[in-house]
Amino acid sequence: MFGWVLWRDLILAWRHRADVLATLFFFIIVTSLFPLGIGPEPQTLQTIAPGIVWVAALLASMLSLGRIFGNDYQDGTLEQLLLTPQPAYLVVLAKLLAHWLVSEVPLVIIAPVLGLQFGLSENTLLIVVVSLLLGTPVLSLIGAIGAALTLGLRAANVLVALLVLPLYIPVLIFGTGAIQATVNGTGTKPWLLLLGATLVLAFVFAPWATSAALKISVE
Amino acid sequence: MLEVLKLGCIRGDRRLFSDLSFSAGAGELIELRGPNGSGKTSLLRILCGLSSPAAGQVRWNGKNIRSLGEEYFRDVAYLAHQNAVKDELSALENLRIATGVAGNPLPKAQAQEVLERIGLKDRQHLPARVLSAGQRRRLAVARLLTIKATLWILDEVLTSLDDAAVRLSREFISDHIKNGGIAIVATHQDLNLSVERMQRIQLSP
Repeated sequence: MFGWVLWRDLILAWRHRADVLATLFFFIIVTSLFPLGIGPEPQTLQTIAPGIVWVAALLASMLSLGRIFGNDYQDGTLEQLLLTPQPAYLVVLAKLLAHWLVSEVPLVIIAPVLGLQFGLSENTLLIVVVSLLLGTPVLSLIGAIGAALTLGLRAANVLVALLVLPLYIPVLIFGTGAIQATVNGTGTKPWLLLLGATLVLAFVFAPWATSAALKISVE
Repeated sequence: MLEVLKLGCIRGDRRLFSDLSFSAGAGELIELRGPNGSGKTSLLRILCGLSSPAAGQVRWNGKNIRSLGEEYFRDVAYLAHQNAVKDELSALENLRIATGVAGNPLPKAQAQEVLERIGLKDRQHLPARVLSAGQRRRLAVARLLTIKATLWILDEVLTSLDDAAVRLSREFISDHIKNGGIAIVATHQDLNLSVERMQRIQLSP
């Protein structure tokens, strides 16, 4: 059943690939605006790079949150999914895995290319990728709670941003911390471990909170 | 065996119904009647476990459905007002995915057979977006046949169906009941089903 939900969401995303590309291009454009606006000073660019890549990733993943449950809520398939003989936790997990693969993994793949604009070294680019790999699932997991709570509300998009962005702060701090530490030559390991710990926490609690929120929204 | 005990439902500050009790055993049809806004859909949503009642409880084989959780969903098929059909998927994909998600994957040939029965065979590869309202309803009805639940909870099942499809749906419901299933149907039209055990529940406005 988990596989069917995953498969279903992947097909649906493929049929809506323009939406996915829009998120990706948003990420590319936002990160590219900063070198243009701030100037080509390598020193400055290297200092601001971690923050910019991460903030852009947060905003880009915010854009795609509405898609996780929104369409399913409108056409009534969400309540059918909740009526299937499996824990809602697993339904949510399958949908989030699909969402992460479709909306976040492309960001992780393109990030090192964008990092080149900021004159980041190879080693630093590697840490950019690793920190995003650990951090972006947390963005999907936490974002889903907000998306589920605001289903069917007016101005849901703005509300999601207000709910979710503050919760993204730990990920932002740990993610940028890891990249900054590589640039400065101090240890990256503690930062990555913290990111990993956040991921484990989010993995355990967020789908559970999301399914509770979904049941309230559907009722 | 479904038992409804002293059920009450409040929407906003309006009491839709209270102290509603009935039960349905294998091979029984329950026809739910009442004017618009009398709480038919609310009752059905409580019965299938999507909403919780303001008072009372629903029991399935002697256990409260709230504590049964997913185990109860294995036995229930709910056909809502909305067809729960995905526009982007073809009729065949819709049927196979809905059935797979519900836990009993359907081989392609079998899915095509069901689509043929319901009259969507030559539309099976078209995206559901281009199907008419009636055809989408047919697709939703087809799902009932494939997910193999004991308890059917149907909300205005005959809406937007043409004569042929109405006849088919009636046939499906009476077959289901003859095979020992239970059906709870909210409807405005007469179902005219020849079943042995039938109750009519009238909700007042």
